[in-house]
Parts: sequence; structure tokens; C-alpha cells
Amino acid sequence: MSATQPRRRQSPVDDLARWLDDRLRLAEGSKKYLNKAFPAHWSFLLGEVALFALVVLLFTGTFLALFYTPDSRLVVYQGPYVPLQGMEISAAYESTLRLSFEVRAGLLMRQIHHWAALLFVAAIVAHMLRVFFTGAFRKPRELNWVIGVTLLLLSFAAGFTGYSLPDDLLSGTGLRIGYSVVLGIPFIGPLLGFLLLGGEYPGTDTISRLHIAHVMLIPAGLLALLGAHLAILVRQKHTHKPSSLAREDNVVGEPLFPSQTLTTLSLGAFTIAVLSLLGGLFEINPIWLYGTYEPYEVFAPAQPDWYMGWTEGLVRLWPAWEWTILGVTIPSTLLPAVGVGGLIFTIMFAWPWIDRKWVGKDDLEHHLLERPRDNPLRTGIGVAALTLLAVIFVAGSNDVIASNFEIGLQRLTVLLRWACFVLPPITGYLAYRIARSLQRGERPTEATASSAVESA
Amino acid sequence: MAKGDGAPTRGEQWRAAREREDRGARLAATAFVVAIVAAFGLMAVYIAGGQTQLEGLLLFIAFAAVGTGLGLWTKRVIGPRIVVEDRYPMRSTDEARDEFEAAYEESLGEAVIGGRRRFLLRLLAGAGASLGLALIVPLRSLGPGPGRDMFVTAWEPGRRLVDTNGVPILAETLGADEVRTVFPEGDVGDAKAQALLIGTRPDALQRQDLTVETVDNLVCYSKICTHAGCPVGLYRASVGELICPCHQSTFDVNDGAKVVSGPAGRPLPQLPLGIDDAGYLIATGDFSAPVGPSFWNMTHDVDA
Repeated sequence: MSATQPRRRQSPVDDLARWLDDRLRLAEGSKKYLNKAFPAHWSFLLGEVALFALVVLLFTGTFLALFYTPDSRLVVYQGPYVPLQGMEISAAYESTLRLSFEVRAGLLMRQIHHWAALLFVAAIVAHMLRVFFTGAFRKPRELNWVIGVTLLLLSFAAGFTGYSLPDDLLSGTGLRIGYSVVLGIPFIGPLLGFLLLGGEYPGTDTISRLHIAHVMLIPAGLLALLGAHLAILVRQKHTHKPSSLAREDNVVGEPLFPSQTLTTLSLGAFTIAVLSLLGGLFEINPIWLYGTYEPYEVFAPAQPDWYMGWTEGLVRLWPAWEWTILGVTIPSTLLPAVGVGGLIFTIMFAWPWIDRKWVGKDDLEHHLLERPRDNPLRTGIGVAALTLLAVIFVAGSNDVIASNFEIGLQRLTVLLRWACFVLPPITGYLAYRIARSLQRGERPTEATASSAVESA
Repeated sequence: MAKGDGAPTRGEQWRAAREREDRGARLAATAFVVAIVAAFGLMAVYIAGGQTQLEGLLLFIAFAAVGTGLGLWTKRVIGPRIVVEDRYPMRSTDEARDEFEAAYEESLGEAVIGGRRRFLLRLLAGAGASLGLALIVPLRSLGPGPGRDMFVTAWEPGRRLVDTNGVPILAETLGADEVRTVFPEGDVGDAKAQALLIGTRPDALQRQDLTVETVDNLVCYSKICTHAGCPVGLYRASVGELICPCHQSTFDVNDGAKVVSGPAGRPLPQLPLGIDDAGYLIATGDFSAPVGPSFWNMTHDVDA
């Protein structure tokens, strides 16, 4: 009798596990999670990179928050950075300088935080492209797609409020543009702008509001939605790539324990490692060079962080269209920043339903992924949209490009406007054709294989 | 089954696999040792006074070593494993749905089924919506309303122009091609009143198009771009153009700051200039139009 019973192991960890199970009844429901299947393909790890970037952001951000002063009141700088000594600067800027120059490991933390923010958005975008081009957003995962797009928007908001906090000259310029766009919204714009900043620009409560948004409101939203995103993922289980084993009614992959756990932890360690290297060796946002923010000062060229580049490009490309219709003035920033930006995100939110009606054309549950070639229309649309966004992104640096390549700025802008209309259909059509021909290249082998099975 | 020729026996395969695993485990162990060393190195650097680049590098080595060790562990020691889980459609079965609905109805009780329940639910929804509204309205406390603020600046008739150091400006001290950022005296740095005083080239100024009075060859425009509100910080004296560095809106200084190119929709507002008894430049009124980016009711100044 005793020989058939598994040997009880006696280590402190096992004792702790038993102690917990005595109180929480964990073993019974958890066994199946040890063998939960994770698709073994690198593209499924992009979302995890975003997750680890967020972990880094939370840790480094907490460190920064211990030193940062959200206050625009002026103080005299007396720190070690010589060019600013004796100048009147805001307490926010002063605390960021102190954090960078006087707090041990402070600069490292600040730079890792900024690099992690760039990686966070980049990983979200890459994850989203994987989900889009493989059709992973299809029923029953529409809800998680919508949550994902909201997370992307929140990551923009986190980034924007974050780089406005140091109160340096570059961050103030970005804030001024954002405020101007809000101001231009018909009927409610001026009131909304005043409410956001606690008065007319530059506002009395601007820094403290940005701070509370950046360290409390937006992270709370991010974490709540991330929790929902992951809970739905576990509930619905992963999609998987087509393979000889994969079917609509199963999940094929590595077991959660130990393979996937180790892989995930390894990926997390590498994500932190790369961010540490970037933060340690590659200078980012050297706010001491920009100087303190004065509303009447500016420098050129001024570009925002990469993920805001598309908004910058849109307002630069848009013609100087400003109309007064029935006494209501439509400013020239409204249509590109609010109109086109809103349209882009409306389409993104609605994509699962657009896809169901015109692209995928069915209302079935899909757990087996499509490869980009399997749905040439979706692939073509995706590539065209990416091309358009790439052109708009490039336009966000039109001044830098014009001066480096010695093209007239106006000519370049006109060229880029044309590119917005000409390039996306070309690349979209090419992607469509390539997907089609890749499909055709596969068909004969499939046919012979299936006929061989039939004759056997 | 002679040794050395033909396929390896199962025993040999097992031994080879075992050796591979051992090698992987040794490499992983080495990686973890590297991580431990790097972590202590990091502490040493910190205690010695800290050095950003070295800290970043050691942090990189420590985490990359942990990542390498974990990767070797799963790829080399444990090896590829594949599991296949069952999956069921997300939709509950019809039976389950019916059972749930029946239980739900039963729980809610007989008494409120029918017209009265709907009535109660509607009132509850109404109460919830009203309360929600009552909780949103105090958002109005976040700031004052715009009122006439968007239409006026600190400029008033008779206020002197001063530079960024607060020094008033004699009209004759500003030559052609010279530019100065100016404010009303006592309001240096004011975000809304900031203006550019520019000495134009002789005979370049198209006076017939100017709507406000000016002094000699001087013109003064709002420094806030009418597009997105950046300071219009670049001046190309050779062509008399002001350029906004944010989105490259370009304004013709000699022609009422009309838009030459770029996304701005209207000219920079102009400040009427005069000279006081002491010979200093003064404003003779506010700007010719609301400053900064356009807004929906800018053509309807309520009190003007």
C-alpha cells in the first residue's frame, strides 16, 4: 500500500505549498494550468515584451516619483550643472535636474524609464500587427482587440503626460501644441482647455494635473484594462498557428510549466537587460541641454517621441484650411488632429466588425490563425494602412529631411501629400498580389497530398 | 550490432542526449554565476559613488545572464515539449443558458415579475443616471471659464514695449533686419502678450495693407503661431519671413504677416505702435485679432 503512494518531499518550499493548500485549496484547480498550452512561436511573445516594459516602467517610475516635485513655482537653481546655476527655474525642472545629477543611479533610472516608454508603445504596436495580420482579433476575441486599442491610446497618453513633466523647453512645446488642438474643438474647446489646465495657458495647475494623470489615473486605467486583457486571454485560451496538430477545437503549444514559464522569465530578463543597456549607455531626453520652459522660447528642429510622430505629421501635411461656417470657425488643426486621428482610431476599434462584414465574411469562432497570405485582402489593407502611416510619420520630420537632403520644404510637403494618396494603393495592391501568388504556389502540393491520401 | 557502424543504439542515443542536457545545465549554471558576480559588481559601483554607464552595463550583464541561463535551461535541459489542450466553443450550451435564466428569474422572485419590476428598474436607472450627472457636474470646478480671456491680452494703449530683460525700447535703436521679443512693461515672460518687434528693410513694408498704425519701419506681431500656438521663433531677414519651427508655417512680415506657406490659417495679429513723450515705443491698443490658435467663436467677441 505504502509503496504505491507517491513519496512526500520534505523541503521548506513543499512545506509552504502544503501550508497554503491547507488554507486555500490550490492544488485541486491548479493542476490543469501546469499544462496550459502556449503557442511556441516568437510572434506570440511581442505582447509579453510590452508587459515587461510596463513592469520596468512601474518600478523605475516609482523611483522617479520619490524625487520629482510636481510644482511650477520658480526656484533658483543651485545644483552642480554650471550653465543653469543662479537661474530661476521651476521646481519641477529643478527636481528633474537633481534626480539626474545628484541622486545616485537617478539618471540611470530616468533614462531606463524613458527608453522603456518607447519600447512599451513599440511592443504594443508590434503585438497589434501580429494580431491584425493573422486574424487573431476575429470572433470570439473582438472584446480583447477593443481593449488592446484602448491600451494603445492609454500608452500614448502615458507617454505624452510623462514627457511633459520635466518642464523643460521641449516638453513645454509639446504641451502647448496639445492644448492648442483642444482649444480648436468647436463649442467646447476653450472651456475644455481651461478646465484641463486650471485656466488659460500656461495654466496654474498644469504640472500637478499632468502629474496625477501620469502617476495615478493613466496607470490605473492601464493596469485595470491589462488585467481584463489577460483574464480574457486565459478564459478564451490562445489562438495558434496552422500546423499538422492544430485544429479549431484544440490548443497546441508548450506547457505553461516549466517550458513557457522559463521562456517568459528569460524574455523578461532580456527585456530588462536591453533597457538597462540603453538607459546606461544611450543618452535620451537630455533636458539640461534644452533649458527651462519659457512660453516665448522654442528651438528647432523639435520632434515628439516616436509614437506621437503621426499626429505631428498630420498637422504638418494638412493644408491651411480654416473656415468660418455660420459664425463657427473651424481651425486648421481640427480636421487633421481630431478628425483624422479620431477616424483612424474609430476604424481600429471597429475593425473586427468591418472585417467580419467585408473581409473575413463569416461569423464563426476562429481559433486557428490565418497566415497573412491566407487572406490577401486583409493583408493588402493592412499594408496600405501601414504605408500611409509611414508617410505621415516621415512628414512629422519634414523640416529635418528637407534640410538634410536640401529639398525645398514646400516641395517636400507637396510630394508627401501626393505620397499619401499614391503609395498606399501601390503597396497594398502589391501585398495583395504577393499573398495571392504565395497561395497559388502552395496549391498544387496540397492537391497532390490530399489525392494521395484519398487513393491510399 | 557491431560498435561504431550503423545507427546508434538506444543506449547511445540516451547517453548522447544526457550529455547534451548536462552541457546545457553547466552553461546555465555558469550564466547564473555571471549574474551573481554582476549583481555584486553593481552594488560595489553604487557604493563607490555610482557611475551611470557602468551601472547600466552591469545591470545589462546581470539580467542578460539570468535570461541566458533560463533560456538554456528550457531549450537545452528540458528540451522541446508540446502539449495539446482541448478547446470548447466559447458559447454556453443552450441548456446552460436556459438553466441560468430560470434560476435568475426564480431568484428575483415572483413579486416583482411583470409591470412592477420594469417600473422599478426604470426608476433605478433614472436615479443612477441623475446621480452620475450630479457627480460629473463638479468637474466644472477644475478651472474658470474662458469668458473674454481669449480675446484680450495684457496690451493696453500707452503701455511701453520692453525686451526680455524688461528694458524699454527707443524707436531709433532698432535697425533693419533686427528682431526683438517684447512684452508689456511689467509683464515680461507673459505667455499671451509675447510679441516680435521687427525692423523691416526700407521701402519693403507694404503699408497700404496694414490695418494698424506703426512707427517708421517697425512692425510688431504676436509671437504665438496662429496654427498650434508655438512661438514663431525663426526669422529669415533676407525675405522678411517669420517661420514657426513646430510646423513650418511661414508669415510675410512686410505684408501684414499673411501666411505664405504652411498649415496656419490666418495672419499673425498685429500690435499698433506709437511713441511716448520720452521717445520709447508704446502700444496704442491691443492686437488686431485674438492671438494664438483659432477657436470656434473667435469672430464673435461678446463684449467688443
